[in-house]
Amino acid sequence: MVELTLPKNSTVGTGKTFSKPQGATKLKTFNVYRWSPDDTENPRIDTYYVDQDDCGPMILDGLIKIKNEIDPTLTFRRSCREGICGSCAMNINGTNTLACTSGIDEMDGDINIYPLPHQPVVKDLVPDLTNFYAQYASIKPWMQTQTPPPPDRERLQSKEDREKLDGLYECILCACCSTSCPSYWWNSDRFLGPAVLLQAYRWLADSRDENTGERLDALEDPFRLYRCHTIMNCANTCPKGLNPAKAIAEIKKMMIERRG
Amino acid sequence: MANVERPLSPHLQIYKPQITMVTSITHRITGVALAGGTLLLTWWLIAAASGPGAYATVNGFMESWFGRLVLFGFTWALFFHLCNGIRHLFWDAGKGFELPTMRKTGMAAIIMSVVLTLLTWVIAYSMGGAS
Repeated sequence: MVELTLPKNSTVGTGKTFSKPQGATKLKTFNVYRWSPDDTENPRIDTYYVDQDDCGPMILDGLIKIKNEIDPTLTFRRSCREGICGSCAMNINGTNTLACTSGIDEMDGDINIYPLPHQPVVKDLVPDLTNFYAQYASIKPWMQTQTPPPPDRERLQSKEDREKLDGLYECILCACCSTSCPSYWWNSDRFLGPAVLLQAYRWLADSRDENTGERLDALEDPFRLYRCHTIMNCANTCPKGLNPAKAIAEIKKMMIERRG
Repeated sequence: MANVERPLSPHLQIYKPQITMVTSITHRITGVALAGGTLLLTWWLIAAASGPGAYATVNGFMESWFGRLVLFGFTWALFFHLCNGIRHLFWDAGKGFELPTMRKTGMAAIIMSVVLTLLTWVIAYSMGGAS
């Protein structure tokens, strides 16, 4: 449902400003969203100053420095630090991206960091993505076949057929796109969202998969697929440079083509 | 932990507006505005069918500065919805999804809608339709 404003318990207040490091000449300001389940307070924005001369180049480096040296209570997900795990997806200066592949110097002025938009917050920058993962499972993201496999080898695929998966298989399911989509904000209970639909198309486009009909049947629904209105936030925000909106358009085309 | 009432992370409040997003919401708003404008048109037609008195009342409203402003907005809403609607037709055919193309067609829709609106009004005034 469309709710343009935040619920009462979610409005964001001003928090603490931590002191500047001594003797630093190249300071960067980090304004970070904080919320803890351990008290009853509303979310707030805490301000930290990071000495760039004594910090790695990426925003994730800045966050790790803050956690290690200024405020150990700051909570965020991170793992690979090289843009392949998708853990550190968050909203940085108004768009969703990975903290590990965004440079501190790419940002003019202060760096404002929020969790991925319109999600329940577990703590600080950690959103609850249970619904997102359940939706991913619902599209059966694995190869489904009717015919028995060849007895002496794998199911082969021509180079041309393999190329059809380029721009689809690279998705790391970081949820940046889905949580950037206003349609997903208002209808995430029924609309599958860009990431999951891109994955749905990844299996529809796979020449080895034999359940295309069933997959399309499962998507033929006013909400699951057709809440995409080509707003394009998904492609604009994807840290891997993919285009979920185009994949969704391809699914819509397949729907029409099979009607004949 | 399960009993904690979790806050909703900020969304519209913090998301950076982008041209594709702005044209999309404007498409929807102009669509709603066009429905309202159609009512206005219907009012005008009914008045024309009812007689000179009723027609004069409606014309009086349309010719007032406020009426003209509404009609100007109606014209722009129509042209924007038309121009952006053409983008939607291409998208339905699976074309024009590359981001640079998207941004260019978005700008084009905005510029064309303004140009066509102004052109329509210039022509209307030069034909002496307005007194």
